Amino acid sequence: MDIPFTTKARPDTGLYNAKLGIWLFLASEVMLFGAFFSAYILLRVGADPGTWAHGLMNVPIGTFNTFVLIASSVTVVMAWAALKSRNYSLYRNCMIITIMCALGFLVVKSFEYAEKFRHYEVWMKDGSRMTGHIDYDDGGVKKHAYFWSTKTLIKKKIESISFTSDDANQWAPGQYYPPMTKEQLEHVKKYADKGPQHHAVVTIKSADIQRLSAFVPAHSTFFAIYFTMTALHGVHVLGGAIVLSYFLFRGRKMWQTDPDRFINRIEVGGLFWHFVDLVWIFLFPIMYIL
Amino acid sequence: MSDHTHDISKHRKTYIMVGAILLVGTLLTFALDHFESIDLKKRAGMLVATIAALSIATIKGGFVAGVFMHLNDEKKWIYWVMGFTALFAIGMLGLTIWSMKDIPGQGNQFDRTTGLPIVEKVSGK
Amino acid sequence: MQTAPHIDIQHGAHEQGHEDLGFWRTYIFSTDHKVIGIQYGVMALVFLFFGLMLMLAMRWQIAKPGEPIPFFGPTMAQIFGDVAAKGIMSPDLYNTFGAMHGTIMVFLAVVPLGFAAFGNYVVPLQIGAPDMAFPRVNMASFWAFFVGCVIMVASFFIPSGAAQFGWTSYSPGATTTPGDGQTYWLIGMIFLITSSLLGAVNFIVTIIQLRAPGMTWFRLPFFCWAQFVTAFLLLLAFPPLETAGVMQLMDKLLGTSFFLPTGLFVGGNPADISGGGSPLLWQHLFWFLGHPEVYVLILPAIGMVTEIIANSIRKPIWGYKSMVYALLVLGFLSFIVWAHHMYLTGMGTKISTFFQATTMIISIPSVILLTCLFISLWGGAMRFRTHTLFALAFLPMFGIGGLTGLPLGFNYSDILLHDSYYVIAHFHYVVAPGTIFGLFAGIYYWYPKMTGRKMNEALGRVHFWLSLVFMNLIFMPMFAQGMAGMSRRMSNGGASYASDDGVIGLTVEAIKSNTSISHAAFALALAQIPFIINFFWAMQKGEKVTSDNPWDSTTLEWQTPTPPPHGNFDKPIEIFRGPYEYSVPGHPVDFVPQNEPDKKN
Repeated sequence: MDIPFTTKARPDTGLYNAKLGIWLFLASEVMLFGAFFSAYILLRVGADPGTWAHGLMNVPIGTFNTFVLIASSVTVVMAWAALKSRNYSLYRNCMIITIMCALGFLVVKSFEYAEKFRHYEVWMKDGSRMTGHIDYDDGGVKKHAYFWSTKTLIKKKIESISFTSDDANQWAPGQYYPPMTKEQLEHVKKYADKGPQHHAVVTIKSADIQRLSAFVPAHSTFFAIYFTMTALHGVHVLGGAIVLSYFLFRGRKMWQTDPDRFINRIEVGGLFWHFVDLVWIFLFPIMYIL
Repeated sequence: MSDHTHDISKHRKTYIMVGAILLVGTLLTFALDHFESIDLKKRAGMLVATIAALSIATIKGGFVAGVFMHLNDEKKWIYWVMGFTALFAIGMLGLTIWSMKDIPGQGNQFDRTTGLPIVEKVSGK
Repeated sequence: MQTAPHIDIQHGAHEQGHEDLGFWRTYIFSTDHKVIGIQYGVMALVFLFFGLMLMLAMRWQIAKPGEPIPFFGPTMAQIFGDVAAKGIMSPDLYNTFGAMHGTIMVFLAVVPLGFAAFGNYVVPLQIGAPDMAFPRVNMASFWAFFVGCVIMVASFFIPSGAAQFGWTSYSPGATTTPGDGQTYWLIGMIFLITSSLLGAVNFIVTIIQLRAPGMTWFRLPFFCWAQFVTAFLLLLAFPPLETAGVMQLMDKLLGTSFFLPTGLFVGGNPADISGGGSPLLWQHLFWFLGHPEVYVLILPAIGMVTEIIANSIRKPIWGYKSMVYALLVLGFLSFIVWAHHMYLTGMGTKISTFFQATTMIISIPSVILLTCLFISLWGGAMRFRTHTLFALAFLPMFGIGGLTGLPLGFNYSDILLHDSYYVIAHFHYVVAPGTIFGLFAGIYYWYPKMTGRKMNEALGRVHFWLSLVFMNLIFMPMFAQGMAGMSRRMSNGGASYASDDGVIGLTVEAIKSNTSISHAAFALALAQIPFIINFFWAMQKGEKVTSDNPWDSTTLEWQTPTPPPHGNFDKPIEIFRGPYEYSVPGHPVDFVPQNEPDKKN
């Protein structure tokens, strides 16, 4: 006997096996991401004032990536609809766009990650904090420092760093940074805000630094959960793109021999893809906006 | 999904419409944050901004799940499975939040060096 | 029900049946649910033995702290190095063994044996399906499990040794303990969880979609119901642990602070972390899995015991429907009781009252299950075989385990008993003489279907009676030890807390019983020898079964050839009746197979 209901729906459930299977898998994914979202809420609610490092994300890029994923979600459902009306070439075009979008999303995301890895926060021993970039001299060539931390300063015996600070507006109350005393604010402005020209380059002695961290997972619980969730989401995007590419490049044969089963496959792959999109729809506001 | 075979072109229009709604929702979220004149976080506070952003996300998510994933017209097994999943996910979140809120002495301040709770001095003596 | 697909598929299967897949595809990378089930079973039995061995080493250390371990001491010194110098178990090694005993027994032995092995072998047969719904996913699930096992075992041999922080791996301890053991543990767990998820999806789809025509929900054997609910527990409860595992792995490898609080000191120095995390979050996510996991351990065993009792008493199970409903309620409630493991974390009164209430409510369906099985015995025409004995012993043992759980479910008595040997005794009564007896019953019962030979009855009885006696000699005194205040996780068995008067510290009697318990544990290990001999001997020399249905059973797995071929059934199968139609009045034999048509038709 062969396994029944691989293509046709079982009459009493109205489902074929893979469709029920993917929904069950998505149920487990809901619990997986649900636990992450729960962790996000609990960590955020439990965070001490001024330790939730929000407001440091690049919102336009996040918005762009949301567009990209939404577009891919539309095209993948169009691909399925195209097959339903037996239009293989439309299906193929839609699928190509979907996969291009997936890859585009990942490329943008990786640039976004790299940008974070060379963006720093420094906590000074006097209690002031600032964000910016570190440049260092590598045999006469000026280079951006990646992944530096307090440990790097000790290990490389660096006595002072050349720090290009960000806009001093970041110190506005209500943002990530806690309300500061007047003295602290003055002190910070002395370092960072040189009047109209921001991005002042200052030299900071290592001895004055309490903690130095790039925007890596270890920076704060915000970046920890941001990187963990978006990386896990990225893995889902990559996995989805691989499966959809398989359907694109290897699909023709199955389309000719067993079209109903092929349509089912596209539907199942599409369901997964929509779920990935759905997760991002929630990730975008909680990570970038709020 | 045999019931979807006919009028597939009508469905295509729906999908594009939903795609447009999603784009508008995203733009709206972006706008609420980006423009100084409507910056909700600053003007209306974090709570309002959170409610607004998550409401838009929920509506968008609802469209994706309902239309793209056909949850608006599915078989009862899938409703049962996803219903229980949603219930347990909410239970996990809700009960965990409840248990973390309901901790006696949670408001106590702790001394950073000794780790001991800072007991408020009894007044009037 | 549709019969058309069966008929045209029949043709295709015929060709497939003759296809020679070769050794590797047939026995190693097989997609056949029966081969995968046996693969799981063999792996799980090996790990059951391994877990027992870890336990014996620990029991030696508890009974005779600081004395070199006999026989295995020198080998252990070679493998583990300093932590087992001169064959003496150090507290670090004790912690490692404790953590790995729990992990291996729960995730590598009992769940794979009860859920994966028997589930894979028996469920498709019992529902009349040709295979699992997704055979290749099934194979992937097994190999993910295999990789997870390899990683877990490999962690014993890395320089820093395996994980040390209990099977619960509470942060921050688990994160800040130096060494890579915890990292291996976490990566291993992620593979095991993935395997479970794939398996769970497969089981649910198989049971919903692949039931043979006529196999309605209330004609489903109870074992399949148990597997169905268990699969849902795995599907929905395991992902949060995967989340927690990924987060703890980030803490361990990338220096994040998900579970590390602000102001954490490690070894007297402030930790170089951002802080801001929540150790309680780990506990919540862990126990969100951890409690349903207990039912994942026990439900397959209850399912097997139900099958075997029905077969042994030769009459229908009393209250089959109420058992099914009880099972569903149990599954549902198991998701909202988890924090009763956490009363001592400083929970407030309202929330602990909530969890206390749900915990008490969940005992109701458990009692319904047990009561139905007990009442079923009334007036049965018993046939005593080894599997009957194990199944019968399961009932009181599981009963003891369940009832002794009640004081742990009440927060005020839990304050006294928490983390004591009482907890160990309670949990092991549920799982060791409970679940594992159920699994032994299953092995004796289904062995003839898998191999075509029966296991030896005399050896089986020796195995049963010795196991029963020694299991109780091990775990019964632990209740007393726990109530005397003996804490678990003490590598010297509480010797350093001894006091003569027993007013402050532990009584002499409580410490003395360490020795007797350890003796019973060694005897229990010896009592498994008849089983091991029997298991291998019967494969070659066991009594050959004369029919496909040696136990005169009604369920479908006995209506196939022995052992079942690829594709299971040689003809399309249809179901006409419920699962336990034994001793039907007016029927020539005392059982009516589910696929036997009604005479009237």
